Amino acid sequence: MATIKEDIAARFPKATFDEADVLLINIPDDQLHELARSLRDDFGYDFLITIVGVDRKDSLGAIYFLSSTTQHTEISFQVTTTDREHPAFESIADLWSIATIYEREIFDFYGIIFLNNPDMRRLFLNIDWKGYPLRKDYDMESNNILSTESERQSDFTNVYTRGADGKIEVAEKAVFKPNDFVVNIGPQHPATHGVLRFRTAVDGEMITKIDVYMGYIHRGIEKLCESLGYPQTLHYTDRMDYFSAHNYHHGLCLCIERAAGIEVPRRAQVIRVIMDELSRIASHCLFFGTYCMDLGATTMLFYTLRVREQILDIMTKTCGARMTFNYDCIGGVMADVDPDFVKDVKALLATLPANLKEYNKLFVGNVIAEGRLENMGNMSREHAIQWGVTGPSGRASGWSCDVRKTHPYAVYNEVQFDEIVMQEGDSMARFKARILEIEQSARIIEQLIDNIPEGEVLAKVPKVLKLPVGHWFQLVEGCRGLFGVYIESDGGTSPVRMKFVTPSLNLAAVVDSITTGNKIADLITIAGSLDYIVPDMDR
Amino acid sequence: METTFDFSTITQWFNNLLLGWGLQPWLVTTIECVLVGVGLLLLYALLALFYIYFERKVCAAFQCRLGPNRVGPLGLLQSFADMFKILIKELIHLKNIDRFLFALAPYLVIIASMMAFSVLPWGPGLQIVDFNIGIFFLIAVSSIGVLGILLAGWSSNNKFTLIGAMRSGAQMISYELSIGLSVITMVAFAGTMNVEEIVLAQDNLWFIFSGHVPAIIAFIIYIIAGTAETNRGPFDLPEAESELTAGYHTEYSGIHFGFFYLAEYLNLFIVAGVASLLFFGGWMPLHIPGFDGFNHIMNYIPGVVWFIGKAVVISFVIIWFKWTFPRLRIDQLLTLEWKYLLPINLFNLALMVMIVVCGWYVHW
Repeated sequence: MATIKEDIAARFPKATFDEADVLLINIPDDQLHELARSLRDDFGYDFLITIVGVDRKDSLGAIYFLSSTTQHTEISFQVTTTDREHPAFESIADLWSIATIYEREIFDFYGIIFLNNPDMRRLFLNIDWKGYPLRKDYDMESNNILSTESERQSDFTNVYTRGADGKIEVAEKAVFKPNDFVVNIGPQHPATHGVLRFRTAVDGEMITKIDVYMGYIHRGIEKLCESLGYPQTLHYTDRMDYFSAHNYHHGLCLCIERAAGIEVPRRAQVIRVIMDELSRIASHCLFFGTYCMDLGATTMLFYTLRVREQILDIMTKTCGARMTFNYDCIGGVMADVDPDFVKDVKALLATLPANLKEYNKLFVGNVIAEGRLENMGNMSREHAIQWGVTGPSGRASGWSCDVRKTHPYAVYNEVQFDEIVMQEGDSMARFKARILEIEQSARIIEQLIDNIPEGEVLAKVPKVLKLPVGHWFQLVEGCRGLFGVYIESDGGTSPVRMKFVTPSLNLAAVVDSITTGNKIADLITIAGSLDYIVPDMDR
Repeated sequence: METTFDFSTITQWFNNLLLGWGLQPWLVTTIECVLVGVGLLLLYALLALFYIYFERKVCAAFQCRLGPNRVGPLGLLQSFADMFKILIKELIHLKNIDRFLFALAPYLVIIASMMAFSVLPWGPGLQIVDFNIGIFFLIAVSSIGVLGILLAGWSSNNKFTLIGAMRSGAQMISYELSIGLSVITMVAFAGTMNVEEIVLAQDNLWFIFSGHVPAIIAFIIYIIAGTAETNRGPFDLPEAESELTAGYHTEYSGIHFGFFYLAEYLNLFIVAGVASLLFFGGWMPLHIPGFDGFNHIMNYIPGVVWFIGKAVVISFVIIWFKWTFPRLRIDQLLTLEWKYLLPINLFNLALMVMIVVCGWYVHW
């Protein structure tokens, strides 16, 4: 780490450094783009995990988290400005495609303009929303009038540039061409799996452009978390990707525990991992079912739901709920497992291989399925990294991005399992990758289920939890990809900034670039194979 | 054939009875037409209700479920309840649509299906229209349906319905070729277009056996094309739920939607019925040449039972397709038709003609 720091210091004399769990470089905004390019091209930090907007009352800023896909190390850099009227940074959308979306999110929440971003619209909120809600001086009463008018369409987007005299200039740009035949797929549509809207320009059956329109289920979770105590913030993670509830809980718990220096009992760690993997199996099973249903093979849904039901029954016995489990908590897990837990999980593992064989037989080898999935929605490794597509979808494109392998947490470094990496990068590979992942999840559970150590499941945690001043960043593997938590604390009982990095945002953002040129029916095939969850992207 | 009961004796008797009352012949014909019409409507509705129930039960069995089991014994009254519900639903009027065409479309669809329905041979003498070009008539009227679907999609003024209708048009016009050609193959074998004569020609052996290879090929193509023609899975693109919500009938409600729904199920029956007519002897009982005792016993089962039984078995196969396979894409669908089925069909027709000319079919 020291050498990188020295290298950067030599190249960017104005940079200052802030040692945290992830090295933070403070850089003036005129060198932001240069530093980003240098980190990507010279230092190998080629994956943009996220951009976190922050408001420190006297200044606004953005923290960029980068990761190396070969070294598996992270680095971050920060730009700040004291201009609260017209804050503007240079866009890095030309370096990472996904930055277009991340920057739109920050524009939406903080009003920071990114110069040269080709699409500077709000991302989640209505275009007629007043103010920027994640700013600390935002008036919570300013938008509480219920609009009785139809929602306006954002048919135009803005591109901001800095003119010769240093002033910011705006150019209006139409989203679609004047003669495009635009079909609204969503927000109420059977194949979008929630309220997501694809404004799809088609030429006959051929797709020419997709404008993803998000935010129908945006609940402002990050804003809510700023006014809650740390244990309370946990409950919101259940409600983002509701199929990765355990995994997301786990991620946030790990981050808070690390910040507060809490040691988690080993029994709780093992239970957490088993629960994570059970969630993964259940989530992938549901994916098979709904995906095949989207393609017209309705019967598959019922076959996969059988396994999912079995898992949900196990969860119900231990957690008392079928969804939104609220099981992991700071310092361990809420309650010990059910007495039948081991027996039930073993029964599940016994039936799993036969079920997987059946799925393969029913769908994967089917000539129609092959015709529809193979070579459909091809995504290369570079493309996946450009858009930050992680999880099974990224691994199907040959990008080994499993956080359980790259940054082992809990007891993942003690169990044997293979990371499923496939090279094809098409919809079929994404489908198969999930089947293989189920096998590996079962393998992890098999190793742990007989070796759950005795002992406490919950460490002693103070009733009122305060984190020291600082900031922390934690990654875990959700069912759909990389889940990240960024916490910034001023020493109080609630976070100053809590940012959730969710995989579904990237999965939805990439749809346009891999669908263009295919047919409407392929939009369903491709978008379905990415397996995004709408509440996860909208947060 | 001596033991099978000929239904025409009843119709003859009824006709003579009315004439005997001194009624004018035109009046007699009118009365008979009305009676037949009512009977047809009733049968049509009942069959559709049966099919809705049948499909639900079959699909439930495939999906490890029970299917309808609450309304009436074994859920038998479920489809009646559903039909009643659909009858009392409001017909929603949309803004900015072509009212006349929008209302006309479902009638076109259901009329086409009912006219095709009238040609089916239910039993000896139990046939509504019997004339020398029966099969030709059947193919002609069944093509009217696509007009209704195109109208429905166009007049709804909705992008989804329009895409659905366009797909449907492309699909049905393409697959009509396959249906037509495989039917012509069998007509060439039978040597007649008269439905009654086609059935009688299968007295000794059903065509699927006597026509052997080309007949089997024609049957396979027919069943694929028939599935496509009825817009059923895996060819249900026009109403591909996950892509186009409900395709061409998205905007319809109440009984207008009911008409589309009924027509879809009845078309399934018609396709299966025509298959049984062309390949499995229509109402003709199973006869194995040489086994006179067996044939005699078979004759005791009424022709109507034979016909409906065969149609139901064939429609079971079509339903089986739907609940097993994923949906095709529009280009794959057209590729299948134009690049595979059509050339095979043309070759098969030539093969059949050669077999008929050379007399290489199974003689009895």
